[in-house]
Amino acid sequence: MQRIIKNDQLVDETWHLLPKEQTLDDLCNSDDLIVPLHLWLDHAHALKARDGGLGVWLDADEQVEEIADDLAHFQVIALNFPSFTDGRHYSSARLLRERYGYKGEIRAIGDVLRDQLFYMRRCGFDAFAVRADRDPLDALQGLKDFSVTYQAAADDARPLFRRRQG
Amino acid sequence: MYVYDQYDQHIIEDRVRQFRDQTRRFLAGELADEEFRPLRLQNGLYIQRYAPMLRVAVPYGLLSSTQLRKLAQIARHYDKGYAHISTRTNVQFNWPDLEDVPEILAELATVQMHAIQTSGNCIRNTTTDQFAGVAKDELIDPRPWCEIIRQWSTFHPEFAFLPRKFKIAVNGAASDRAAIEVHDIGLEAVNNAAGELGFRVSVGGGLGRTPIVGSYINEFLPWQHLLSYLDAILRVYNRYGRRDNKFKARIKILVKALTPEVFAERVNAEWAHLKDGPTTLTEAEVERVGKFFVDPDYKALQDQDAALAQLDAEHPGFARWRQRNVVAHKKPGYAAVTLSLKSTGVAPGDVTDKQLDAIAELADRYSFGEVRNSHEQNMILADVEQARLFELWHELRELGLATPNIGLLTDIICCPGGDFCSLANAKSIPIAEAIQRRFDDLDYLFDLGNIDLNISGCMNACGHHHVGHIGILGVDKKGAEFYQVSLGGSSGRNASLGQILGPSFAQDAMPDVIEKIITVYVERRTEDEQFLDTFRRIGIEPFKERVYAANH
Repeated sequence: MQRIIKNDQLVDETWHLLPKEQTLDDLCNSDDLIVPLHLWLDHAHALKARDGGLGVWLDADEQVEEIADDLAHFQVIALNFPSFTDGRHYSSARLLRERYGYKGEIRAIGDVLRDQLFYMRRCGFDAFAVRADRDPLDALQGLKDFSVTYQAAADDARPLFRRRQG
Repeated sequence: MYVYDQYDQHIIEDRVRQFRDQTRRFLAGELADEEFRPLRLQNGLYIQRYAPMLRVAVPYGLLSSTQLRKLAQIARHYDKGYAHISTRTNVQFNWPDLEDVPEILAELATVQMHAIQTSGNCIRNTTTDQFAGVAKDELIDPRPWCEIIRQWSTFHPEFAFLPRKFKIAVNGAASDRAAIEVHDIGLEAVNNAAGELGFRVSVGGGLGRTPIVGSYINEFLPWQHLLSYLDAILRVYNRYGRRDNKFKARIKILVKALTPEVFAERVNAEWAHLKDGPTTLTEAEVERVGKFFVDPDYKALQDQDAALAQLDAEHPGFARWRQRNVVAHKKPGYAAVTLSLKSTGVAPGDVTDKQLDAIAELADRYSFGEVRNSHEQNMILADVEQARLFELWHELRELGLATPNIGLLTDIICCPGGDFCSLANAKSIPIAEAIQRRFDDLDYLFDLGNIDLNISGCMNACGHHHVGHIGILGVDKKGAEFYQVSLGGSSGRNASLGQILGPSFAQDAMPDVIEKIITVYVERRTEDEQFLDTFRRIGIEPFKERVYAANH
C-alpha cells in the first residue's frame, strides 16, 4: 500500500485517485474517491449521493474558482503537479485556504518531491503523495528545510515584520 | 547598509544546510540532473562551458568592505583569482568546483551574503540606481524599499516556480539610472498632490528574445500597499503566464496578450482581496529598514571647485578622469567616484582578487567602508571627499581602475559570451576588446561623448544590447559566429529599443563597422549633439548607407 505524508506523518493511503477518463460507471459506492474535476462538474448530484468519501483533483491548468462554491462537499482536494517546476498550484492552494476558507485536506499529487515540500506546506498543502519512485520518509525531511520565513502565507498570516522581536 | 539580525541570518544558514544536502544527494545519484537543475539555478549555480559558474547575490548592488574581502578570498581560493560584475549588479565566479559550492556559500553566509534566487524561474535580485542615497536628483532613497522587496521575495513560497525569471527594479530619482522600464516590474517613487509617497508601477518590460518597454498600470500605489500589490501581480502571472513555450513565458508576453489595461484589471481584482491584509506595510517596518540607510557621518565641508579646477589645469589626466568618472553628490564637499572595470585588454566587468582587496581598503579609507556595483559593470565609491579626489585618483591609477571612460564608447556592457557561457551563440569579450583597441585615442573618445555600446553573445540579452545606443548581438550563421548591429536603444527615461541595422557581420569586420557608424555621427551631428540625439534626428538610413556601401 502506498504511504503518503499527512500532517507531517507517514500514513497509509486509503483514497482512490481516479484517472481523468473515469466515467460514472463502475464507481464503488463505499470507496473513498478523488475524482477528476470534469466528473464532479458533470455529475455532482450522483457523486454526492454516494456513501464513500469524496475528493476532487485539479490538473495544473484547472482553476480553483470552478469548485469554489462546492468546497463543503470535499474531504480532499488534490492538486496535480505535472512537473515539479509548474508552480500554478502553489497559488491554488493559497486561494483555497486563504480566500475560500477550505479546511479539509489539500494534497499535492504528481511530480511531488522532497525539495518542494516546504514551499507547498507554506501555501496550505497538508498532504503529499510523493512520487512513487521516491521514499516518502526521506521526503519528510524537506518539511524542515527552513526555521524562519519572511512572508505571510497560508501557514502564518503574519509576515516576519509583524512577528520580529528585538 | 542593511545589517542582518538573527532572523535574516537564520534564513541564509538554513539555506546553506539545505543546499549542502541537495548537492550531496546529487553527487550520490539520489537527485537526477533535471531535478537538481532548478535547485542549483535558484542558488545561482550554472553548469557552464568549462566549469560551473556561481552567481552571488549583491542586493541592489551594495557591498561592505568586509564582504569585498570575502569575495577576494573566494576568488583566490576557489576560483582563478578574479570575479565578474554582472549586469544585475551581482558577482560571478567562473571556475568553482561543484563540490566546493556548499563551502563557498557557508563562507558567504559569514558576511551576510548568499546566492539565493540569482537564477532560475523566480524573483531575482532587485536592482536600483548605483547613486542611490547620494544622488542630487533623488526624491527618496530607494534602498530601504529594495531591502523590503528582497525580504518579501526571498523564498516566497508561492512564487518559486514561475513560468520564467522575474526582475524588479526601483528608481527614486528624477533620472532613471535603474532602467526600470525594461524590467518585469519597474517601480518609480512619486509623491501625490497631498505629498504622500507612492509608486508608479510599470509591468511587462524586458529584453531577451522579445524586447518590450513596460506599460504603466498604476500611476500611484500608496507605499503601504507595495507588497500586496506585488503579490497580486505575481499571482496573476503565476496562474496565467504561458508555460508551454519558454520563449513566450515572460510576463511581458502575458501583458501584451491581455493588453496592459486588461492585465491591470486582473491585478486590481486580485489585489482587492489582498489589500489591507497583514502584508500591508507598517510605518514601524519601513522605519526599521530605513534606519540602515541613513546618511553616514558626513563632515561639514565646502565644495572644492577652485582647488579642483587648479588641479585640472595642472594634470590633464586628472581633469579627464574627473570629467567622466566623478559625479556630483548631494552633500557639499563630497563626490561619487566610479571605478572603471573597462580598461582595454580586460574583460568588461572583471576584477581581480588583488583589486577587490585594494578596493575594500580604499572603501575603508575614502568612503565609509561601502562600495556599489553598477549595472554597467563598474564599481563605485559613493562618498568621497572632494579634497581627497586627487589622492584617490593616484591610487586608482596604480590599480588600473582609473580609466577615464565612464559613459564613453569604451565603457562597454558585455556578457561573458561564448568564452564562458554555454548559451551563447558567439563570443562577446573579444569584440569588446577589438572595439576598445580601435578607439584608443582618449581625446577622440571624449569628443564623441556619451555612447552606450552593449554586447550580448546571444538573444538572452544579458549584455542589454537592445538598449545600447549601439547594440551588438552575437548570432549563429551556419555554425559561424556573426554579429548583428542595432542603433538607437536607450535604457533611460523614455526608454527605447534599438533598430536593427541590417545583415550581420563577421567578427573581423566589427571594428570597421563601428568606426563607420561613428563617422556618420561625427559628420552629421550638430554642435554638442549626443549620439542618441543625432540618431533620433536623422534616423537609421544614413548609417545603413555608409556601413553597407560597396567598397570602391
